[in-house]
Amino acid sequence: MSSVDLTRAGSGIDGTKNRLIRYVFFACAAVTVLTTAGIIVVLVEGAVAFFREVSIVEFFTTADWSPIIRPRSYGVLPLIWGTMLIVVGSAVIAIPVGTATAVYLAEYADRRVRKVVKPTLEVLAGIPTIVYGFFALSFITPLLQRFFPETGTFNAAAGAIVVGVMVIPMVSSLSEDAMSAVPDELRQAAYGLGATKYEVSTDVVIPASVSGITAAYILAISRAIGETMAVTLAAGMHPNVTFNPLEPIQTMTAYMVQVGISDVSVGSIGYQSLFAVGITLFAMTLSMNLLSLWVKSRFREEYQ
Amino acid sequence: MSEEPSTEPADPFAGIADDVHRKRLIGQVFVAICLASTLVGIVALVALVADVLYESWGWVTWEFLSYPPSRFVENYLPGGRGAGIYPALIGSILLIVLTAVFTLFLGVGAAIYLEEYAADSWLTSFIEANIANLAGVPSIVYGLLGLALFVRAAGLGSSLLAGALTLTLLILPIVIVSAQEAIRAVPDSQRRAAYGVGATDWEVIRDIVLPASMPGIMTGTILALSRAIGETAPILMVGAATSMFVAPVRDGPLGLPVPDFLGPFAAMPMQIFDWARLPQADFQHVAAAGIVVLLAVLLGMNATAIYIRNRYERQ
Repeated sequence: MSSVDLTRAGSGIDGTKNRLIRYVFFACAAVTVLTTAGIIVVLVEGAVAFFREVSIVEFFTTADWSPIIRPRSYGVLPLIWGTMLIVVGSAVIAIPVGTATAVYLAEYADRRVRKVVKPTLEVLAGIPTIVYGFFALSFITPLLQRFFPETGTFNAAAGAIVVGVMVIPMVSSLSEDAMSAVPDELRQAAYGLGATKYEVSTDVVIPASVSGITAAYILAISRAIGETMAVTLAAGMHPNVTFNPLEPIQTMTAYMVQVGISDVSVGSIGYQSLFAVGITLFAMTLSMNLLSLWVKSRFREEYQ
Repeated sequence: MSEEPSTEPADPFAGIADDVHRKRLIGQVFVAICLASTLVGIVALVALVADVLYESWGWVTWEFLSYPPSRFVENYLPGGRGAGIYPALIGSILLIVLTAVFTLFLGVGAAIYLEEYAADSWLTSFIEANIANLAGVPSIVYGLLGLALFVRAAGLGSSLLAGALTLTLLILPIVIVSAQEAIRAVPDSQRRAAYGVGATDWEVIRDIVLPASMPGIMTGTILALSRAIGETAPILMVGAATSMFVAPVRDGPLGLPVPDFLGPFAAMPMQIFDWARLPQADFQHVAAAGIVVLLAVLLGMNATAIYIRNRYERQ
């Protein structure tokens, strides 16, 4: 310390300086609030411009999407359908696999195994999504084509599979945290009653951590809704309402990429459609994130 | 568990051995399923890495690192005229350096405010909840924000600066949370000692809190930046070039090259995206080679972060 003058703090030039520094730090924190405000203003402004031209009823109820190529049509349902195909497909993979992984890591694996396997799985979450897109194109789709020769180069199944793999660590890591937080007394009590390890896992640990596990599922689904590059590369850019996962589709995010790489002029209906789709996407992920927080707090089991 | 053989017709424990046997079987099947699931993730990771290495084998050359991209796939082959990822590699590095400067300033500043200054008020909890929410916003939405705010409203155009500002907002929540954790880990006794000898808030932060928490802050920031370097969607919306043939560098004073932060740019993930969607099959190899370079940079950044953490954790 350069000085021990006790009168300095809060008065005179030093007081002003301290207040100024405090404001600078507050401004840094305020940036995060301004970011949220900015996102909402930008999305609403763009979407309002879009909905001045296009009826909101047409947007949400018709199933023909072509805002940048004539004849134009503005039914967003094919994009929402495509997104849902990816979400359901990836959840079918990531939820059972991730949950079982979490049970293994929390209940069966010894500490050293857990210390190696958990970070290894988390590497999956750190790989850029563009790499997953490439992996889908160069590995998963050819593999699918071997079993189902009618599989297209771009198909929903490959997209759902890579997104599923991508969110496994999210499900397994968060679920494992929730399961590890269950106190050992509960397990011991169950063993005392003659339960097997399987019964302890499925009848005690999973029910006791169900809020954390559910929150993890919802976050994973939110992530799958917002996933962009992997689904653009793997599933294609073809708005399509289909039940056949081997056909190409287009998600909301993939449509945004399509506009992003095309030369759509500012102010045109194509440019504005970006914000209409963007706000739909934002509303869906935001409600999922809030739901996840609510589930976690509402159903939290308190342990001493 | 089995009882000694009994001659009595009604053995009360007859069913138990069967029951135990059945339960044991269920237990074994269950462990097998859980173990298999754990392996799914690991196998997928191995398959992904093996696929990328296999596809890129022989395509990552010195020319690949030092030449601009080409529309002709022969040029990427050894013995061709030379083609590669150079402008995007430089673009990515400049993008990350710029993003690092902004995020360190904003992220550490915000963390200091929340940990050292903020009172336990509704405003503080609002800011904290907001940060948690921002972490769940899809990255392409940040791209829209960057497009409307930095590219259009601020008039920066599709420049490196606009891209870096967009990435800054994207990773800011992660940086703030990790910096908060690092700051919280500084023992309170050290702060009290400094206040006891008459230090002001700012002196405590500058001389006590920041030096002690710097390793943790650096680790968190580097990990966040390594996520930013792989992001495609936000820079795509901001208008990163799909293919740039020169690095975003111009001649400065004395003829030395300086970064052109206001000019157009390409970045590695965007370049990889461009290669990967070209129809010619051989461009799959070029895309894979690009991925190897991207993953190498990413691995280097992660290794640095782990090194810093391990080095200072022991002290």
